[in-house]
Amino acid sequence: MARLLFFGALSDVMGRERALMLPENVRTARALIDHLCGFDSAFAAAYSQSRLRIAVNEIIVPPETPIGDSDEIAFLPPFSGG
Amino acid sequence: MILLEPRAFDPYAHLSAFSAEAVGAGAVASFIGVVRGDDGKGVLALFLDYFPGVTEKAITQAAEEARRRWPLVGVRIVHRIGEVKVGEPVVLVAVAAVHRRPALEACDFLMDFLKTEAPFWKKERRKDGDVWIEPRAEDYADRARWDE
Repeated sequence: MARLLFFGALSDVMGRERALMLPENVRTARALIDHLCGFDSAFAAAYSQSRLRIAVNEIIVPPETPIGDSDEIAFLPPFSGG
Repeated sequence: MILLEPRAFDPYAHLSAFSAEAVGAGAVASFIGVVRGDDGKGVLALFLDYFPGVTEKAITQAAEEARRRWPLVGVRIVHRIGEVKVGEPVVLVAVAAVHRRPALEACDFLMDFLKTEAPFWKKERRKDGDVWIEPRAEDYADRARWDE
């Protein structure tokens, strides 16, 4: 099971954490975003409102990065500190 | 020192301790960010979400980058997490150097980094509901000034 983490505005609609058995055709971070947009309208709405960064195992990576069921994948809306 | 602080903190106590430790420094520059409450939006408090482990690492890397760019004696960054009330300090950046210019510039650089590149997410708790805040165009433009 992949561990999905959601931060900022996304945590309001998705909760902080979900476990997901990655479907056969979901092998990159980008494919996972498409998959989540497809089955969760709240995620799709939040995603379309903000540009996300993706972290796999705590490292920010390009969307084409391969992912697997042992990975932790974090969805990061635009940062706003300070 | 990089510190994520879940409770109200005294930035002046930090500054005092930081200055005392900064042996050899001829300049200490600092920035204190405070939660505004008087801008007509009815802000009651801020809530700061963060990514445990990852946020600390990103700020540490920014401090290392500042040390690479300027000759610094010390850096201290304290950033609130969780609920922060109006009027409370939300961030302190303090930089010590031998001379003033590196201290002032590194402090400015680190604040621009914290606004757009550190994994924090800020929600305003307003009288009429909660609103997640995204950086303004000026924040990104400020950050871009430091691109090499």
